[in-house]
Amino acid sequence: MAEPGRKLKQVRLDLPAKAEDIAALELGSVVFLSGLVYTAREGVYNRVLVEGHSLPPGLTEASNVNFHCSPAAAPQDNGSYAIGGVTATASFRFSKYLGDWLDRTDTKIVIGKGGMPRDDYTQVLAPRGAVYLTTVGYGTGALLGRGVKAVREVHWLEELGIAQALWLFEVENFGPFIVDSDCAGNSLFAQQGDQVNQGIAKLYEGLKAPALHRFGETDDRKDEVM
Amino acid sequence: MIENAAIEEAAYEIMRKAAIDIPEDYLNGIKGMIDVESGDLSAFVLQSMVENWEAASEDRRPMCADTGLPRYYVKVGDRATFTGGFTGIERALRSATARATHDVPLRPNRVHPLWRSEHNNNVGINAPEIEWSFEPEADWIDITTVHKGGLFGSDYRMLFPGDGIDGIKRFLLDTLIAFGKRGLACQPAIVGVGIGGSKDICMVLGKQAACLRVVGDRNPDPKIAALELELKELGNSIGMGAMGFVGSSMVVDCHIEVGYTHTGGMPVSVHTFCLSSRRATARLAADGTVSYRTDPLWFTPYMRRETVEWPSQDASLNRSA
Repeated sequence: MAEPGRKLKQVRLDLPAKAEDIAALELGSVVFLSGLVYTAREGVYNRVLVEGHSLPPGLTEASNVNFHCSPAAAPQDNGSYAIGGVTATASFRFSKYLGDWLDRTDTKIVIGKGGMPRDDYTQVLAPRGAVYLTTVGYGTGALLGRGVKAVREVHWLEELGIAQALWLFEVENFGPFIVDSDCAGNSLFAQQGDQVNQGIAKLYEGLKAPALHRFGETDDRKDEVM
Repeated sequence: MIENAAIEEAAYEIMRKAAIDIPEDYLNGIKGMIDVESGDLSAFVLQSMVENWEAASEDRRPMCADTGLPRYYVKVGDRATFTGGFTGIERALRSATARATHDVPLRPNRVHPLWRSEHNNNVGINAPEIEWSFEPEADWIDITTVHKGGLFGSDYRMLFPGDGIDGIKRFLLDTLIAFGKRGLACQPAIVGVGIGGSKDICMVLGKQAACLRVVGDRNPDPKIAALELELKELGNSIGMGAMGFVGSSMVVDCHIEVGYTHTGGMPVSVHTFCLSSRRATARLAADGTVSYRTDPLWFTPYMRRETVEWPSQDASLNRSA
């Protein structure tokens, strides 16, 4: 077997991430993290940004890494939590919260699945000195689960449930992640997508036209799609 | 006699196996794709997945934290005898789901679709789904669980006879491109294509084709088998690999299942079974012993019967006479 990945650069980051470390990240590099990472997705965003609840005290000082994740966690009899697999959920759905959330929490690294809508890199992340790391696969749940050494805190478990609660994880060699975006607002997903798009038209060459057209091909609902 | 308690224990065990151990056929399929993948990023992703599956098996930890929507496929032999009745089996499967969700642990993904309320155990109204089938002459019960992701990678389209194979190709390309971008379909995947039936059965057939047949398996109809390979090549020619990165790793294998359909239509469904293709099967034999495997052996000649009779029915009737 070949040695895939041998050309990818590997980086280890201690958290909270320092501005100069973040600025040095290059698209397509592989990253492993050690320190504190918190999970937050729509349940937490809604609770803080829409309903106006305060952030858990000390969160912004403890961690500047937001993981879009619902862990497979189970409460144990002794009050602790068993964390099994850990993987990310699709991030683009949280776009509308992103700017306000970064401002409120001073988060500098967002980790998730699949990246953000294109404009978010240049308009939201880069101006705040923040970058996006993507999980690999999706997902390397067992490898990431190994990297979670302990649950430091969990907030709003009762109100939001296991999947949506805010979990603060102690992590060590937590990864792999791939650098999707840099501080200049470039995105690996965008670049790779552009490259793939160049070959799409020729895939359809020679296929006959559909017998029935559909809304979606046209935005005008007055068109007849037969 | 197969005891109801044994059914629950077997169901509990396959929930754990499915969540943790990648099926051998899928693992070998992915290793084969790494060898031919020219995209560095896509190849790195696949190599990481192989390492992840090794870590999952070593740690007895789920390979992916989105442990999907657990569901069951049950095949009951005509001659199987069991305690508790059919509703007893369904109760046992629901209980095994709830216990395994806590113990493995699995993510309690199941919520009420409107109120988003949950029981934190993957059990609820119409959940887990249980599909039934039957097997002539057999005296065993096969229980298969599949934990498939639930958001991206599947679609349905009513095509017409005039669309022909080109229409199927166009629909497959549309689906794989739409859901393949950024890797939302969690490719490379086993792609299941359902063709025909009524709309609901078309979806069911495509999903079963993706989830219940192993990499390398071919449809017994040689022309459909050839189309499976053609669609697989088409998917891998898009230029997209794992996570939507430049590459060729999109379709590990393509399985097609068909059903007789309305003379004016050709409904088609496409389903992608993700990079964590979680399936496991238990067979409960008449003497109470349980054996485990990863090939569900769901599509028997009886399942694909084309007329009133089926190939082995005569023999079956003669023996019972």
